[in-house]
Amino acid sequence: MSPQSFRIFRKEYLGRSAVTLCGLFLILLTAAIGAFLFGKGMGTFTVYHHSIFEFLFSSQWSPADDQTGGGQVGAAIFIFGSVVTCAAALFIALPFSLCTAIFMTKISPRIGENFVRPAVEIFVGIPSVVYGWVGLVVLVPFLKETFHLVQGQSVLAAAVVLSVMIYPTITSVSADAVRSVDNRYIEGAYGLGATRWQVIYQVVLPAALPGILTAVILGLARAFGEALAVAMVIGKMRAFPTSILSPTNNLTAAIASDMGGAMDGGEYNTALWTMALLLFVISLGFILLIHSLSGRRERPL
Amino acid sequence: MKEDARAGAVLLQRDPALRRARAADRAATVIFYGVSGFFVCLLAAFTAYVLAGGIRAWSPDMFSFSGDGVGSQLFNTVYLVFLSLLISVPLGISAGIYMSEYAPAGALTSMLRIAIETLSSLPSIVVGLFGYLVFIIMTGSQWNLFAGAMAVSILSLPLITTVTYDAFQALPQGYKNGSLALGATHWETIWHVMLPASVGPVMTGVILAAGRGFGEAAALLYTAGMSTDISWDVWDVTAPTSPFNPFRPGETLSLQVWASRTEAVSASASDTAAFASAVLMMMVLAFSIGARLLSRRLTRKTGGEHS
Repeated sequence: MSPQSFRIFRKEYLGRSAVTLCGLFLILLTAAIGAFLFGKGMGTFTVYHHSIFEFLFSSQWSPADDQTGGGQVGAAIFIFGSVVTCAAALFIALPFSLCTAIFMTKISPRIGENFVRPAVEIFVGIPSVVYGWVGLVVLVPFLKETFHLVQGQSVLAAAVVLSVMIYPTITSVSADAVRSVDNRYIEGAYGLGATRWQVIYQVVLPAALPGILTAVILGLARAFGEALAVAMVIGKMRAFPTSILSPTNNLTAAIASDMGGAMDGGEYNTALWTMALLLFVISLGFILLIHSLSGRRERPL
Repeated sequence: MKEDARAGAVLLQRDPALRRARAADRAATVIFYGVSGFFVCLLAAFTAYVLAGGIRAWSPDMFSFSGDGVGSQLFNTVYLVFLSLLISVPLGISAGIYMSEYAPAGALTSMLRIAIETLSSLPSIVVGLFGYLVFIIMTGSQWNLFAGAMAVSILSLPLITTVTYDAFQALPQGYKNGSLALGATHWETIWHVMLPASVGPVMTGVILAAGRGFGEAAALLYTAGMSTDISWDVWDVTAPTSPFNPFRPGETLSLQVWASRTEAVSASASDTAAFASAVLMMMVLAFSIGARLLSRRLTRKTGGEHS
């Protein structure tokens, strides 16, 4: 290599190749995570010959903790537990979030920008175990006292903890959506004599709907993937909940509590990996949903 | 003006629909104030409860390195996040630079985008399992801090990459053009002009990533482990009981809180959990408020206002 070309190499190609490698590494890492999850998780269906239908819809859960197989891997209780707690959490959090989002952008931007928005954004980062712990020492005893339950751990407790957790996420993303509604729409509506509530209800909310849906999906994704906070308050009972006050279990809590004890490569372990694969697929699904929503928004009217 | 107002008042009296609309508007405003106020108060009460719990549980040996104290866990948390930043900061910034400056528009860029989005939406327990499989089982090692740091890096990579990319994209075009016109190569421009100019937003992102790292728990459950056995008398980094050995198991503050849920056999465990939560909360609050202050200062400085 001539000195001249070495200088050029040092000035441009060295750094360039280094950052290129890092960029490619990111893609590789994602592919590796997907591949490992897929490889491990598909074992339930390929090695132990269970059907996908059984995994998704059967509630018979007794996988063998060794490589002989022959157990049952119906994860319906866990899946139902995840879905029902997330749905309930969303049901609680969404009205509050929308109110706060509109309050801080349209009703009182002064208080909103200086006070509410920083507070909400800071709360996005509060560790989930802290939410779980407060749920465990405050909410669970409270529910037990109020409803005279055997144990306070329940679907409701999990839903409340999750709703407090996803409230900041949904609020800050939907506030951005509300803020970005074209001002001409709003001024036009005021010009026609609408009251502020009419403007919010009939102009701002419909116009911000795609952004609000994105916020909902982001919140749901966070709730779905949350493990420890939910595991602390859901009760970990392997049964369908009979009411909102009864304990059940969900995907993440089951993985978090059972993975350590299961033998690597055994049927039990593999079934837990399949549950992780399901979580991965669901989070990919959420991304696709957000993309189709933002694609719709970008299209001209 | 006065006549207009009077005419409006007359109209309002005559038209019940208008009156209803006004009443609905007032009611809605009250509800908006009430609901937002309620939830913000709830968040404030939550913070106050956690911090007060920490103060109540306070005793002089809380920061000690014994079983009831949080000293070791606090050290592990800081050390683990530090290790994870050693990995994720260079990698994330480089990937962000590549994405902004070198990646050819098209299939590669969109793949990179998809990769980042996928990484950022991964549930942390899934990342923890991946770390468990790759860094623990496949290397045949014990739970160790380094594996935990790698898992946390995977979680903070997308954030650091995105802030770097955004910071580079937000730079005025003139910086780059000026440097290139002076004869610098593209890389020299990046290294000597663009990176120093975007150090503020990138720092903000790194602080945010560190704050999130402190609170991470699910990803560490099966990577960093839930035990700590260190002695401050051992300064040989390769010894299994040395605090600075990255290949030893180490329980973090968040896992200590998690452990208290079932292992509350000793009365002091819930006190420890209360104190650990408060410490964790303060660290996270300090870092996210710090990031906010930094970014506000920087926007004011670079915004061209007189300081």
